[in-house]
Amino acid sequence: MVVKGVQFRNHRVVGDILELARRYCDEGADELVFYDITASPDARTVDRGWITRVAAVIDIPFCVAGGIKSVADAEDVLNKGADKISINSPALADPELITAMATRFGSQCVVIGIDSREENGDYFVYQYTGDPDKTSAAQRRTLDWVCNVQQLGAGEIVLNCMNQDGVRSGYDIAQLSKVRAASDIPLIASGGAGSMQHFVDVFREARVDGALAASVFHSAEIPIPDLKSHLKAANVAIRT
Amino acid sequence: MGSVAIIDSGGANIASLLYAFDRLDTRAELTTNADMIRSASRVVLPGVGAARDAMERLQDTGLVDVIRNLTQPVLGICLGMQLLCDASEEDDVQCLGIIPGIAGRLPVAEDYPVPNMGWCQTHYAGHSGLLDGIDDGSYFYYLHSYAVPRTSNTLATAQHATEFSAVIGKDNFVGAQFHPERSSAAGARLLRNFVDKGV
Repeated sequence: MVVKGVQFRNHRVVGDILELARRYCDEGADELVFYDITASPDARTVDRGWITRVAAVIDIPFCVAGGIKSVADAEDVLNKGADKISINSPALADPELITAMATRFGSQCVVIGIDSREENGDYFVYQYTGDPDKTSAAQRRTLDWVCNVQQLGAGEIVLNCMNQDGVRSGYDIAQLSKVRAASDIPLIASGGAGSMQHFVDVFREARVDGALAASVFHSAEIPIPDLKSHLKAANVAIRT
Repeated sequence: MGSVAIIDSGGANIASLLYAFDRLDTRAELTTNADMIRSASRVVLPGVGAARDAMERLQDTGLVDVIRNLTQPVLGICLGMQLLCDASEEDDVQCLGIIPGIAGRLPVAEDYPVPNMGWCQTHYAGHSGLLDGIDDGSYFYYLHSYAVPRTSNTLATAQHATEFSAVIGKDNFVGAQFHPERSSAAGARLLRNFVDKGV
């Protein structure tokens, strides 16, 4: 089952994973990201049978996140058909894991998810965000961690701007622009998409490489083909 | 139509390729068995990971000369394409030397982060039956830090900070820098062409 919350709380079921995967693939999504949000806080790993089932039906790239704590976990997920693995809390606990995975699979497989929140004019990293009771500050400045993960071999950063998550008031352009300036690797914006114009803004102003959204697609509020036409009309280079 | 042998070069991420052939109703098998590879009607050399590891794996399994001597259509994908070429600057490793060319690191430039991870428009630079029915300028999915510059063997190109070979070929060997198995309808068509027509 796929669930979605608001600011990482109050998750509700939005649909069957294979139906959603097929639907998004047919509608022209460029990549799918699956988060097993309860994996890290519960100290268990992803149930991986579903990866195989998703891999069999879709023909666009997909990334799996959640509870991947070792090179062996990553290998299992990739062997089941994922194209990339995304790690978040385990990388904070053991940053060397990033290097170990990049060496084994290549940087292009290793995505670092960063959950970041604004506090007193600066940005800070949070961990175990899948469970409101376990979420805690990681005691790192976001921009420090961005530089750090690149040096360690990360191939892509997905920046989840927690203040914006699920509230549909636009991506956090200010924060994303700062992270963009600090990264030479692809940057994916996450958190806050509410209108088609929000996507145009984040590509134009924060110059991100991709924009991730969940709520507006799950609710069918923004149909992907309409979004792509809108982006194309705004001169954002996109596959249509 | 016979079978497709997918050479197990040790990298992870072979499942997506197997499923892509499943969706085409084509039997594909992952193997390091030389006889099975020689007798297959089509051979795929995939690859995710580092060039040195993959070449060592091919040497350890005794497949270097087996691959060089194949006469049926052979398709290298991503790192597998680079392995078909002369060498890679990644770890400074000698590759199979079947198609002329050396893979170098993609340069970083503003708006062109490395790795190149995403959909790039791909343009014809020569003729290949692999691209039949696929529009010039179609998008394919790329996931790489190294690339082979355009050469006289280049059949299609894509652009990052610099232009690079998207498809390259010589005789019965062809390589694609992108992942056809994750490139939606255009990628499925390319694999269909490979199965039905060869290179």
